[in-house]
Amino acid sequence: MTVTTSESGSVRHRLRVRAVREALLAYGLLSPALLLFLAFTVFPIVFGLYISLHNWRLGPREFLGLGNYVRALAPDSEFWPSLGATLTYSLLAVPIQITIALILAYLLFQKIRGKALFRVVMFLPWVTSTVATAAIWARLYSPDIGLINSLLRNLGLAPLRWLLEDKGLFTLIAGGLGVTLPDWFRGPSLAMVAVVIYTTWVFVGYNMTLFLAGLGNIPGEMYEAAKIDGANGWQLFRRITWPLLSPTTFFVVLITVIGTLKAFNHIWVMTQGNNGTQTASILIYRQFYEFQRAGYASALAFLLSAVILMVTVLQNRVAAERVNY
Amino acid sequence: MADVTAAPLSRAGVRRAPRQSLNRVNPVIYLVLIVVGVASLIPFLWMLLTSVKDYGDVVSLNVWPWPPLGNSMPRFDNFAEAIRLIGVDRDTGLPLFFRHVLNTATVTAIVVASSVITSVLAAYAFAQLQFPAKNALFILVLATFIIPEELILVPRAVMMNKNYLNWYNTLPAMVAPFLANAFGIFLIRQFFLQIPRDLYDAARIDGAGHMRYLTFVMVPLARPAILTLALLEFIWTWNEFRWIQLVTSSSNMRTVSVGLVGFLQTDGGSQTQLAMAVAVMVVLPVVILYFFTQRYFTEGIATTGLKG
Repeated sequence: MTVTTSESGSVRHRLRVRAVREALLAYGLLSPALLLFLAFTVFPIVFGLYISLHNWRLGPREFLGLGNYVRALAPDSEFWPSLGATLTYSLLAVPIQITIALILAYLLFQKIRGKALFRVVMFLPWVTSTVATAAIWARLYSPDIGLINSLLRNLGLAPLRWLLEDKGLFTLIAGGLGVTLPDWFRGPSLAMVAVVIYTTWVFVGYNMTLFLAGLGNIPGEMYEAAKIDGANGWQLFRRITWPLLSPTTFFVVLITVIGTLKAFNHIWVMTQGNNGTQTASILIYRQFYEFQRAGYASALAFLLSAVILMVTVLQNRVAAERVNY
Repeated sequence: MADVTAAPLSRAGVRRAPRQSLNRVNPVIYLVLIVVGVASLIPFLWMLLTSVKDYGDVVSLNVWPWPPLGNSMPRFDNFAEAIRLIGVDRDTGLPLFFRHVLNTATVTAIVVASSVITSVLAAYAFAQLQFPAKNALFILVLATFIIPEELILVPRAVMMNKNYLNWYNTLPAMVAPFLANAFGIFLIRQFFLQIPRDLYDAARIDGAGHMRYLTFVMVPLARPAILTLALLEFIWTWNEFRWIQLVTSSSNMRTVSVGLVGFLQTDGGSQTQLAMAVAVMVVLPVVILYFFTQRYFTEGIATTGLKG
């Protein structure tokens, strides 16, 4: 804003008063949210760092320095297996979930009758309580009274122990074929596989909705032009949909990876972290809730957050090269 | 930003042409979609059917034990029996389950109201006002959004114990972390930014200040976004489990999710039909709300895409 010399000082004064009043109003409007963030998000980070440096029960017992971190990072610490379980879960769940979601979105984007109904139904698992649906699935997986085993029996297949099964997937498959596998090639536990199947059921509709929005943003002329040039269905997908959808794909992958790295509720309800499903989130919760080790749990939480941050940065790096914005 | 405004125009213009020129839809596509749709519903149907079965029919894996296929009658008593087994609230003498529903409804109402109000106010400041440190404060809000909940879970819970806030087992502890959230501020701010500034200038000429303009112009215009936020907050809070479990221990301060997990570890563990009866009662309010308002869910998710 330019103030000409002919304008009097009182106009400038009035403008300044208005700016100050606007700023005061802004701070007033922001204060409820900001004070809540300061109290329950920013302060806990600092407090958590302080807690992580102590042996902490109900309050601080003794200062340990980096002792909790050293303990968490020791070669025989339970942090490493839990990180392994977290990454296994993520590496299994993310590709399965996203591939199915993308296929479904692509199918649903065609000229389909009842599109809205399909969308509403497939989105339903995401809306409902994770605790309740995990409880339902735990019963579906039950070795004796579960629907899944009764289906297997009807198909003439051997029933499985699902969430109670610690054996690896590859070991079980090889066992069925009469082969014995070395222990390092056991694969994810069957319980982990069962958890991943549940996760797919919950999140496919949600991810599909995101993909559908992304597909809607691709201009229709693109397809028209390509079809006039004689492109077939696969070429349309590979040359137009896939590259133009890449920002959406990147976003969906990012939130799915982060989500799987933090997965907690359903694993807690289905296995309590037993049978190869003790992810880092479960380990942190158990250390705090069951053993009251706030210091050690806080140290673990900082380590997990560092891993999540590293993965996020890495994904952004990859995306910068591959995504067409 | 330019293509954001361009996109809807181009979409509206050409949408019809490419779709109609597509060949007849392959029936296999319908088959796949129907299979996936049924798979999405089967666990819910199984829960509903199981919730009214006899223990004997559950154990003998009878999928439909009622006429015309079987001789059992639907057992609606399961609901009453589950509620009886969950126990009685010592304060009021009412069944504990009703207390859990009341607690959940109270927590949800407070969180929805508070997060909507704090988000609308903060979003207005970020979208409409000029003030020092605006960018720094916006980055602070952004940062709270990126921080994993795991990181602050333990210190937050420690803050609630008797050496600090002494809120353990109280309503303030149950709602505190959810009263404001960055997601809501982003969502509403995004919507406010789309409203033309001319509107404010016109309102000013008519003598309206910021607060009047916010209340009578911006909020009504942003109704879809506000409803989306309110609905998402409703389901997130209704379904919240971990935090409530951490900061409550007395059974009369728990919510339905925590109550359900407790029930699964006691009577519900062996009596699957009773466990499913409780699950039905936990899921039902959310499912009903969702079916009436599903447009706001899917559109809200599609336009903001945030939060897993």
